[in-house]
Amino acid sequence: MRIEELRERVCAMYPDLCPLFSIEFGDGTIAVPLERIHSALADLKDMGFDRLGMVTAVDRGEDFELVYRLQSRTLRAGMFVKTMVPRSDPKIPSVCDLWPAANWQEREVYDLFGVVFEGHPDLRRILLPDDWVGHPLRKDYQDERIIRRPDYI
Amino acid sequence: MAAIDDLAKLLEETPGGGVVLTTLDAVMNWARGKSLWTFPMGTACCAMELIAASFSRFDFDRHGTIPRPDPRHCDVMVVAGTVTRKMMPAVKRIYDQMPEPRWVIAMGNCAVSGGIFYYDSYSVVRGVDEFLPVDVYIAGCPPRPEALQDAVLQLRKKIAAQSISPKRTRAVQSDLAMPSDPRKGDVTATRADAAGDVSEVTS
Repeated sequence: MRIEELRERVCAMYPDLCPLFSIEFGDGTIAVPLERIHSALADLKDMGFDRLGMVTAVDRGEDFELVYRLQSRTLRAGMFVKTMVPRSDPKIPSVCDLWPAANWQEREVYDLFGVVFEGHPDLRRILLPDDWVGHPLRKDYQDERIIRRPDYI
Repeated sequence: MAAIDDLAKLLEETPGGGVVLTTLDAVMNWARGKSLWTFPMGTACCAMELIAASFSRFDFDRHGTIPRPDPRHCDVMVVAGTVTRKMMPAVKRIYDQMPEPRWVIAMGNCAVSGGIFYYDSYSVVRGVDEFLPVDVYIAGCPPRPEALQDAVLQLRKKIAAQSISPKRTRAVQSDLAMPSDPRKGDVTATRADAAGDVSEVTS
Protein backbone atom coordinates (compact mmCIF):
# COMPACT_ATOMS: atom_id res chain seq x y z
CA MET A 1 0.00 0.00 0.00
CA ARG A 2 1.32 3.40 -0.89
CA ILE A 3 1.70 6.06 1.74
CA GLU A 4 -0.90 8.34 0.19
CA GLU A 5 -3.43 5.56 0.32
CA LEU A 6 -2.50 4.85 3.91
CA ARG A 7 -2.88 8.53 4.73
CA GLU A 8 -6.36 8.57 3.21
CA ARG A 9 -7.48 5.57 5.20
CA VAL A 10 -6.07 6.89 8.47
CA CYS A 11 -7.59 10.33 7.81
CA ALA A 12 -10.97 8.76 7.08
CA MET A 13 -10.77 7.02 10.43
CA TYR A 14 -9.47 10.01 12.40
CA PRO A 15 -10.27 13.29 10.64
CA ASP A 16 -9.03 15.36 13.57
CA LEU A 17 -5.63 13.64 13.62
CA CYS A 18 -5.05 14.09 9.90
CA PRO A 19 -2.81 17.18 10.32
CA LEU A 20 -0.61 15.10 12.62
CA PHE A 21 0.11 12.57 9.87
CA SER A 22 3.62 12.95 8.49
CA ILE A 23 6.10 10.94 6.49
CA GLU A 24 9.32 10.07 8.27
CA PHE A 25 11.96 7.86 6.70
CA GLY A 26 9.54 6.78 3.99
CA ASP A 27 6.86 5.57 6.36
CA GLY A 28 3.67 7.11 7.61
CA THR A 29 3.84 8.52 11.11
CA ILE A 30 0.91 9.66 13.19
CA ALA A 31 1.01 11.48 16.51
CA VAL A 32 -1.80 10.54 18.85
CA PRO A 33 -2.80 12.16 22.15
CA LEU A 34 -2.03 10.04 25.16
CA GLU A 35 -5.63 9.43 26.21
CA ARG A 36 -6.51 8.01 22.77
CA ILE A 37 -3.43 5.87 22.17
CA HIS A 38 -4.97 2.52 23.10
CA SER A 39 -8.14 2.99 21.04
CA ALA A 40 -6.11 4.31 18.10
CA LEU A 41 -3.80 1.29 18.16
CA ALA A 42 -6.80 -1.01 18.45
CA ASP A 43 -8.39 0.62 15.41
CA LEU A 44 -5.17 0.34 13.45
CA LYS A 45 -4.99 -3.31 14.36
CA ASP A 46 -8.51 -3.81 13.06
CA MET A 47 -7.47 -1.96 9.91
CA GLY A 48 -4.90 -4.69 9.25
CA PHE A 49 -1.74 -3.86 11.18
CA ASP A 50 -1.36 -7.31 12.66
CA ARG A 51 2.26 -7.10 13.75
CA LEU A 52 3.80 -4.91 16.41
CA GLY A 53 7.40 -4.46 15.32
CA MET A 54 8.70 -2.66 18.35
CA VAL A 55 7.93 -0.31 21.20
CA THR A 56 10.54 2.21 22.19
CA ALA A 57 10.85 5.59 23.83
CA VAL A 58 12.80 8.81 23.47
CA ASP A 59 13.61 11.16 26.30
CA ARG A 60 12.45 14.60 25.15
CA GLY A 61 13.05 16.43 28.41
CA GLU A 62 9.61 17.30 29.76
CA ASP A 63 8.06 14.26 28.07
CA PHE A 64 8.85 10.78 26.94
CA GLU A 65 7.99 10.09 23.34
CA LEU A 66 6.64 6.56 22.99
CA VAL A 67 7.08 5.10 19.51
CA TYR A 68 5.12 2.11 18.26
CA ARG A 69 6.14 0.47 15.01
CA LEU A 70 3.27 -1.31 13.30
CA GLN A 71 3.51 -3.59 10.31
CA SER A 72 0.94 -5.29 8.17
CA ARG A 73 1.22 -8.32 5.93
CA THR A 74 -2.19 -7.82 4.33
CA LEU A 75 -1.75 -4.09 3.61
CA ARG A 76 1.97 -4.47 2.83
CA ALA A 77 2.66 -1.34 4.80
CA GLY A 78 4.31 -0.15 7.97
CA MET A 79 3.75 2.91 10.09
CA PHE A 80 4.84 4.61 13.27
CA VAL A 81 2.51 5.76 16.02
CA LYS A 82 3.90 8.29 18.46
CA THR A 83 2.59 9.76 21.66
CA MET A 84 3.96 11.98 24.39
CA VAL A 85 3.93 10.82 28.02
CA PRO A 86 4.64 13.46 30.69
CA ARG A 87 7.78 12.82 32.73
CA SER A 88 6.05 13.89 35.93
CA ASP A 89 3.47 11.09 35.62
CA PRO A 90 4.78 8.51 33.13
CA LYS A 91 1.80 6.21 32.77
CA ILE A 92 0.41 4.76 29.56
CA PRO A 93 -2.05 1.93 28.86
CA SER A 94 -0.43 -1.34 27.87
CA VAL A 95 -1.11 -2.86 24.45
CA CYS A 96 -0.37 -6.43 25.54
CA ASP A 97 -4.06 -7.22 25.09
CA LEU A 98 -3.79 -6.30 21.39
CA TRP A 99 -0.38 -7.76 20.54
CA PRO A 100 1.17 -10.25 22.98
CA ALA A 101 4.54 -9.30 21.47
CA ALA A 102 4.32 -6.02 23.36
CA ASN A 103 5.02 -7.80 26.62
CA TRP A 104 8.82 -7.80 26.59
CA GLN A 105 9.07 -4.59 24.59
CA GLU A 106 7.09 -2.71 27.22
CA ARG A 107 9.13 -4.30 29.97
CA GLU A 108 12.26 -2.99 28.29
CA VAL A 109 10.84 0.54 28.07
CA TYR A 110 9.82 0.31 31.71
CA ASP A 111 13.28 -0.97 32.64
CA LEU A 112 15.30 1.71 30.88
CA PHE A 113 12.93 4.71 30.95
CA GLY A 114 10.63 4.08 33.88
CA VAL A 115 7.42 4.42 31.89
CA VAL A 116 4.68 2.47 33.68
CA PHE A 117 2.39 0.46 31.41
CA GLU A 118 -0.98 0.13 33.08
CA GLY A 119 -2.64 -3.21 32.54
CA HIS A 120 0.63 -5.00 31.73
CA PRO A 121 0.46 -8.62 32.97
CA ASP A 122 4.04 -8.82 34.28
CA LEU A 123 5.76 -5.46 34.54
CA ARG A 124 9.25 -6.31 35.81
CA ARG A 125 12.76 -5.31 34.81
CA ILE A 126 13.98 -7.36 31.85
CA LEU A 127 17.55 -6.27 31.06
CA LEU A 128 18.95 -4.95 34.32
CA PRO A 129 19.15 -6.85 37.62
CA ASP A 130 15.99 -6.75 39.70
CA ASP A 131 17.62 -4.70 42.46
CA TRP A 132 18.77 -1.91 40.15
CA VAL A 133 17.95 1.64 41.22
CA GLY A 134 16.91 4.13 38.56
CA HIS A 135 16.31 4.01 34.84
CA PRO A 136 19.59 4.45 32.94
CA LEU A 137 18.42 5.75 29.57
CA ARG A 138 16.83 8.82 31.12
CA LYS A 139 18.92 11.87 30.40
CA ASP A 140 19.10 12.81 34.08
CA TYR A 141 20.24 9.37 35.25
CA GLN A 142 22.99 9.53 37.86
CA ASP A 143 25.22 6.66 38.97
CA GLU A 144 28.43 6.93 40.96
CA ARG A 145 29.87 3.92 39.09
CA ILE A 146 29.88 5.76 35.77
CA ILE A 147 33.26 7.21 34.80
CA ARG A 148 32.73 10.21 32.54
CA ARG A 149 34.75 10.28 29.36
CA PRO A 150 37.38 13.02 29.51
CA ASP A 151 37.54 15.57 26.72
CA TYR A 152 40.87 14.44 25.36
CA ILE A 153 39.68 10.97 24.35
CA MET B 1 43.99 -31.92 47.31
CA ALA B 2 44.34 -32.81 50.94
CA ALA B 3 46.24 -36.04 50.26
CA ILE B 4 48.62 -34.24 47.92
CA ASP B 5 49.21 -31.53 50.52
CA ASP B 6 50.06 -34.15 53.11
CA LEU B 7 52.37 -35.88 50.67
CA ALA B 8 54.15 -32.62 49.88
CA LYS B 9 54.63 -31.88 53.57
CA LEU B 10 55.97 -35.37 54.18
CA LEU B 11 58.42 -35.17 51.30
CA GLU B 12 59.55 -31.73 52.44
CA GLU B 13 60.52 -33.09 55.84
CA THR B 14 62.14 -36.31 54.62
CA PRO B 15 65.87 -36.13 53.84
CA GLY B 16 66.24 -36.41 50.10
CA GLY B 17 62.54 -35.86 49.65
CA GLY B 18 63.12 -32.67 47.76
CA VAL B 19 64.40 -34.61 44.80
CA VAL B 20 61.27 -36.70 44.72
CA LEU B 21 59.19 -33.56 45.17
CA THR B 22 60.86 -31.83 42.26
CA THR B 23 60.30 -34.82 40.03
CA LEU B 24 56.71 -35.08 41.17
CA ASP B 25 56.21 -31.38 40.48
CA ALA B 26 57.62 -31.77 37.02
CA VAL B 27 55.31 -34.66 36.23
CA MET B 28 52.24 -32.96 37.65
CA ASN B 29 52.91 -29.63 35.99
CA TRP B 30 53.58 -31.37 32.71
CA ALA B 31 50.27 -33.16 33.02
CA ARG B 32 48.38 -30.06 34.07
CA GLY B 33 49.95 -27.75 31.53
CA LYS B 34 49.42 -30.04 28.57
CA SER B 35 45.76 -30.79 29.15
CA LEU B 36 44.23 -27.43 29.89
CA TRP B 37 40.57 -28.01 29.20
CA THR B 38 38.91 -24.67 28.72
CA PHE B 39 35.53 -23.42 29.67
CA PRO B 40 34.56 -21.06 26.83
CA MET B 41 32.88 -18.25 28.75
CA GLY B 42 32.00 -16.40 25.57
CA THR B 43 29.95 -13.36 26.55
CA ALA B 44 30.44 -11.17 23.46
CA CYS B 45 32.11 -10.96 20.08
CA CYS B 46 35.51 -12.26 21.28
CA ALA B 47 33.80 -15.65 21.41
CA MET B 48 33.99 -15.71 17.62
CA GLU B 49 37.79 -15.74 17.81
CA LEU B 50 37.58 -18.28 20.59
CA ILE B 51 35.50 -20.53 18.34
CA ALA B 52 37.87 -19.94 15.43
CA ALA B 53 40.81 -20.87 17.63
CA SER B 54 39.34 -24.26 18.44
CA PHE B 55 38.65 -25.28 14.82
CA SER B 56 41.03 -26.90 12.41
CA ARG B 57 42.72 -23.85 10.96
CA PHE B 58 44.25 -22.87 14.29
CA ASP B 59 43.74 -26.25 15.92
CA PHE B 60 43.70 -25.71 19.64
CA ASP B 61 43.64 -29.43 20.32
CA ARG B 62 47.34 -29.75 19.56
CA HIS B 63 47.98 -27.84 22.79
CA GLY B 64 45.65 -30.17 24.65
CA THR B 65 43.22 -27.30 25.01
CA ILE B 66 39.81 -28.81 24.53
CA PRO B 67 36.71 -26.67 25.03
CA ARG B 68 34.21 -28.33 27.33
CA PRO B 69 30.69 -27.11 28.05
CA ASP B 70 30.74 -28.28 31.65
CA PRO B 71 32.68 -26.23 34.23
CA ARG B 72 33.26 -29.35 36.32
CA HIS B 73 35.47 -30.79 33.57
CA CYS B 74 37.55 -27.67 33.09
CA ASP B 75 40.86 -26.28 34.28
CA VAL B 76 40.89 -22.85 32.73
CA MET B 77 38.09 -20.39 32.10
CA VAL B 78 38.49 -18.16 29.06
CA VAL B 79 36.37 -15.07 29.68
CA ALA B 80 35.92 -13.82 26.13
CA GLY B 81 33.89 -10.66 25.97
CA THR B 82 32.08 -7.98 27.89
CA VAL B 83 30.79 -8.92 31.31
CA THR B 84 27.82 -6.87 32.45
CA ARG B 85 26.73 -6.43 36.02
CA LYS B 86 23.84 -8.78 35.39
CA MET B 87 26.15 -11.44 33.93
CA MET B 88 28.73 -11.10 36.72
CA PRO B 89 27.01 -13.42 39.26
CA ALA B 90 26.60 -16.09 36.59
CA VAL B 91 30.29 -15.97 35.62
CA LYS B 92 31.31 -16.08 39.27
CA ARG B 93 29.03 -19.02 39.90
CA ILE B 94 30.42 -20.99 36.96
CA TYR B 95 33.95 -20.21 38.12
CA ASP B 96 33.06 -21.51 41.57
CA GLN B 97 31.90 -24.78 40.03
CA MET B 98 35.30 -25.46 38.46
CA PRO B 99 37.53 -27.86 40.39
CA GLU B 100 40.88 -26.63 41.67
CA PRO B 101 43.53 -26.03 40.46
CA ARG B 102 41.87 -23.56 38.11
CA TRP B 103 43.02 -20.62 36.06
CA VAL B 104 41.42 -17.70 34.26
CA ILE B 105 42.37 -16.11 30.95
CA ALA B 106 40.88 -12.66 30.32
CA MET B 107 40.54 -12.44 26.57
CA GLY B 108 40.01 -9.10 24.89
CA ASN B 109 39.95 -5.52 26.09
CA CYS B 110 36.48 -5.80 27.60
CA ALA B 111 37.50 -8.65 29.85
CA VAL B 112 40.79 -6.93 30.70
CA SER B 113 39.52 -3.48 31.61
CA GLY B 114 36.04 -2.88 30.22
CA GLY B 115 37.52 -1.81 26.90
CA ILE B 116 35.43 0.64 24.95
CA PHE B 117 32.79 0.44 27.68
CA TYR B 118 35.17 1.83 30.32
CA TYR B 119 33.72 5.33 30.07
CA ASP B 120 30.07 6.39 30.21
CA SER B 121 28.70 2.91 30.81
CA TYR B 122 26.26 2.12 33.56
CA SER B 123 26.22 -1.64 33.20
CA VAL B 124 29.64 -3.02 32.25
CA VAL B 125 32.11 -4.49 34.75
CA ARG B 126 35.52 -2.89 34.20
CA GLY B 127 37.52 -6.06 33.82
CA VAL B 128 36.86 -9.54 35.14
CA ASP B 129 39.67 -9.08 37.67
CA GLU B 130 37.13 -7.17 39.76
CA PHE B 131 35.73 -10.53 40.81
CA LEU B 132 37.98 -13.31 39.41
CA PRO B 133 41.72 -14.01 39.90
CA VAL B 134 43.01 -13.56 36.36
CA ASP B 135 46.23 -15.33 35.37
CA VAL B 136 46.78 -14.19 31.80
CA TYR B 137 45.49 -11.07 30.07
CA ILE B 138 45.20 -10.84 26.29
CA ALA B 139 44.80 -7.38 24.78
CA GLY B 140 43.00 -6.89 21.51
CA CYS B 141 39.58 -6.06 20.22
CA PRO B 142 39.27 -8.92 19.49
CA PRO B 143 42.62 -10.72 19.85
CA ARG B 144 43.55 -13.09 17.10
CA PRO B 145 43.45 -16.84 17.78
CA GLU B 146 47.26 -16.86 17.79
CA ALA B 147 47.15 -14.49 20.75
CA LEU B 148 44.89 -16.89 22.59
CA GLN B 149 47.27 -19.75 21.86
CA ASP B 150 50.14 -17.60 23.13
CA ALA B 151 48.14 -17.02 26.30
CA VAL B 152 47.86 -20.77 26.78
CA LEU B 153 51.61 -21.14 26.35
CA GLN B 154 52.23 -18.35 28.87
CA LEU B 155 49.81 -20.01 31.26
CA ARG B 156 51.70 -23.26 30.82
CA LYS B 157 54.88 -21.49 31.91
CA LYS B 158 53.07 -20.14 34.93
CA ILE B 159 51.86 -23.63 35.78
CA ALA B 160 55.39 -24.98 35.38
CA ALA B 161 56.54 -22.64 38.16
CA GLN B 162 54.05 -24.12 40.62
CA SER B 163 54.83 -26.73 43.20
CA ILE B 164 52.56 -29.05 45.10
CA SER B 165 54.38 -27.94 48.22
CA PRO B 166 52.97 -24.61 49.36
CA LYS B 167 56.39 -23.28 50.43
CA ARG B 168 58.16 -23.77 47.13
CA THR B 169 58.08 -22.38 43.68
CA ARG B 170 59.98 -24.07 40.92
CA ALA B 171 62.63 -22.19 39.06
CA VAL B 172 61.80 -22.23 35.37
CA GLN B 173 63.73 -20.86 32.49
CA SER B 174 62.08 -17.67 31.32
CA ASP B 175 62.43 -16.72 27.69
CA LEU B 176 60.21 -13.67 27.90
CA ALA B 177 63.05 -11.21 27.29
CA MET B 178 62.77 -9.87 23.78
CA PRO B 179 65.16 -7.86 21.66
CA SER B 180 63.92 -4.50 20.49
CA ASP B 181 63.76 -5.75 16.91
CA PRO B 182 63.14 -9.50 16.84
CA ARG B 183 63.79 -9.76 13.13
CA LYS B 184 67.48 -8.98 13.37
CA GLY B 185 70.13 -9.36 15.97
CA ASP B 186 70.68 -11.83 18.74
CA VAL B 187 67.42 -13.23 20.04
CA THR B 188 69.06 -14.14 23.35
CA ALA B 189 69.77 -10.47 24.08
CA THR B 190 67.48 -8.87 26.60
CA ARG B 191 65.58 -5.64 26.23
CA ALA B 192 68.02 -3.90 28.55
CA ASP B 193 70.96 -4.94 26.36
CA ALA B 194 69.15 -3.74 23.29
CA ALA B 195 68.31 -0.42 24.92
CA GLY B 196 71.98 0.00 25.91
CA ASP B 197 73.08 -0.61 22.33
CA VAL B 198 70.69 2.01 21.03
CA SER B 199 71.84 4.63 23.53
CA GLU B 200 75.46 4.02 22.55
CA VAL B 201 74.66 4.45 18.91
CA THR B 202 72.69 7.64 19.37
CA SER B 203 75.23 9.21 21.74
